[in-house]
Amino acid sequence: MIEEIPSEPVVITHIIHETPSIRTFEFSRRFDAGAGQFCMVWIPGVDEVPMALSARNAITVQKVGEATEALFSRSEGDLIGIKGPLGNGFSPTGRVLAVAGGVGAAPLRPLVTDGLADTFILGARTAEELLYAGELDGEVDLRIATDDGTRGHHGFVTALLEEADPASYDTICVCGPEMMMKAVLGILDAHGIAGRGQFSLHRYMKCGVGICGSCCCDPSGLRVCRDGPVFTGDALLQSTEFGSYSRDASGRKVLF
Amino acid sequence: MVVLCPGPVDVAGVRLNNHLILAAGVLGTTGASLARMLSLGAGGVVTKSIGPEPKTGHAGPCVAVLDGGVLNAMGLPNPSKDFVGELDQLIGKPVIASIFGGTPEEFAEVATWFAGRVQALELNLSCPHAEGYGAAIGSDPEMVRECTRAAKRTGLPVWVKLTPNVCSIADFGIAAEEGGADAVVAINTVKAMRISTGMRRPLLGNGMGGLSGPAIFPIAVRCVWELYEACDIPIIGCGGVATADNVAELMMAGASAVEIGSAIVESENVFTAIAEELYRVDGGEDPCAIVGCAHD
Repeated sequence: MIEEIPSEPVVITHIIHETPSIRTFEFSRRFDAGAGQFCMVWIPGVDEVPMALSARNAITVQKVGEATEALFSRSEGDLIGIKGPLGNGFSPTGRVLAVAGGVGAAPLRPLVTDGLADTFILGARTAEELLYAGELDGEVDLRIATDDGTRGHHGFVTALLEEADPASYDTICVCGPEMMMKAVLGILDAHGIAGRGQFSLHRYMKCGVGICGSCCCDPSGLRVCRDGPVFTGDALLQSTEFGSYSRDASGRKVLF
Repeated sequence: MVVLCPGPVDVAGVRLNNHLILAAGVLGTTGASLARMLSLGAGGVVTKSIGPEPKTGHAGPCVAVLDGGVLNAMGLPNPSKDFVGELDQLIGKPVIASIFGGTPEEFAEVATWFAGRVQALELNLSCPHAEGYGAAIGSDPEMVRECTRAAKRTGLPVWVKLTPNVCSIADFGIAAEEGGADAVVAINTVKAMRISTGMRRPLLGNGMGGLSGPAIFPIAVRCVWELYEACDIPIIGCGGVATADNVAELMMAGASAVEIGSAIVESENVFTAIAEELYRVDGGEDPCAIVGCAHD
C-alpha cells in the first residue's frame, strides 16, 4: 500500500534578506529533518521546486529562475506548500568540516545549529553575498573566502581546504556550485580521503519522491531525490556525469 | 498462493527475463536508470514516452503521493530524438520504447528512430492529461487503428497502451488489433483530480491528472478481463500492481505479462521482491496455464 506523502500548506512567518540575491523564508511548521534533507516547495500557481531545508522551519533561496522569482514576490502571511523532509541528508561522524559555496551553505547550516560541525569554510563571489557569515561567526571555526577578495581569503574555498588539513577530519560535508564541488573532490581524492566526503547534488526534479526519473545520474542510474541528494566522494569518483553535465526539464543534457 | 516456474517469457515479439516489466514514465528518462531497473530484477523495461518534439512538461506540482495511489500530471516531458542515444548501452536488452505523437504521421516518424534499437514499441494512446496527445487521440478508434498501422511500418512489434477513460475499452483493443498490434497494454492512469483544501486549489499544477497505484488495480483487472474476452492478441496488464498476488490475479484475468510503476514509490526493489515470491524453480506452475484461467 502506498503511504501518503503530504504537501503541507504553511504560512510564511518571517522573510530574512540574507544577501542581495538570497532570502530565508521561515514558515509556521517545523519538519523533523536532518541536515542535508530537502523539501519540494509549492509556489501556488507557479511551480513546485526542490529546496534545501536550512532549518526545520525554513528554506534559504537564491533567485535563479521563474519559481524562485515568484517566491521572492511572496510576503509574510502568504501560503506555500512544503512536501518533506525528502532525501537522505548528511551523516556526519567524528570531526566534521563543512565546505560551502554561495547558497550551498543552506543545507550545511543545520550542521552548525545542531552542534555537529567543527570547521566551516564559507565561500562566495563577494563579501555581501556571504551567506550566514554573521550568525556562523563565533558558533564554529569559520573560514571565509571571496572570489574578489572583499573579505577573507582572496580566491576559492579550495585554497582554504588545502590549508585546513582535510585529512584531520572524519567527515567533509560539501555543497555549492558543481565545479566547486568537483574541485573539492579532487583535493580529497589527492589526500586519499574521497570516501570521507559527502556532497549534496542539485539536479532538475519533478516529483521529489523517486518515481519520475528526471534526476537520475549516469552511469549508476541513482536518483538524486531519493538515493541522494548526498553522495559520497567515492561514489562520485565513479560518476561520468558529475562536473560534466546535468539534464533540463525535458531530459536533454546541459553541459556545465 | 500462486507459484510459477521462472524463466524467460516470450510475449508479443519480445523476450523478457520474467513477467514483470517497468511501466512507461517511471525511471525511464535515461539509459542508466533503465539499466538499473533491469539489474534490480525487472524482466523488461519501457522507456519514458518519447514524442516528435522536446517537451518540458507541465508546471508543478507534477506528482502527489496519496493514500493508496499516485496522482500525476507530468505532461509528457521528454528530450525527443536526443533520447535515442540513451539506448546505446541497452542494445539487445528487453527494452520497449514508449512513443507518442499527435497524428499517425508523427507516430510513424518517432517509431523510425527506434528501429534496430529496441525489442518493441509501445504506443502511448492513453495519457489522460496531455492536450492533443495520448488519450486525446486514443479515445478515437480510427486514430488508434491508424497510429498502430503507422508504427507497424517499422517492422517492430507494436504494443498499444490503452486508456481506461472510455466507455468500452474492448472496442479500442479491437481497433488496435485491426491496425496490426502485436499486443495491447491495459491500463494507463485513470483521469482524476484532488484539491488541496489548505491551498484552496488543485493539488496538481495542471489541475487534472492521472491516478495510478493500488487504488486503480480493480479497474485494471476489469479492463484486462474485457480485453481478453474481445481480442485474440496478448494483453499486458498494468495498473496498481504491487504484489506477487496482484501479478497472478492480472494473469488470471488474461494478462501474459504485467507492468509495474507506482509501486516503485515504496521501494525500487519491488521487482526482486515480487519475483522472489512469485517464482520457484521446483514446484511452480506453467505460467501459460494461468493466463486467462479465470475465464474458464
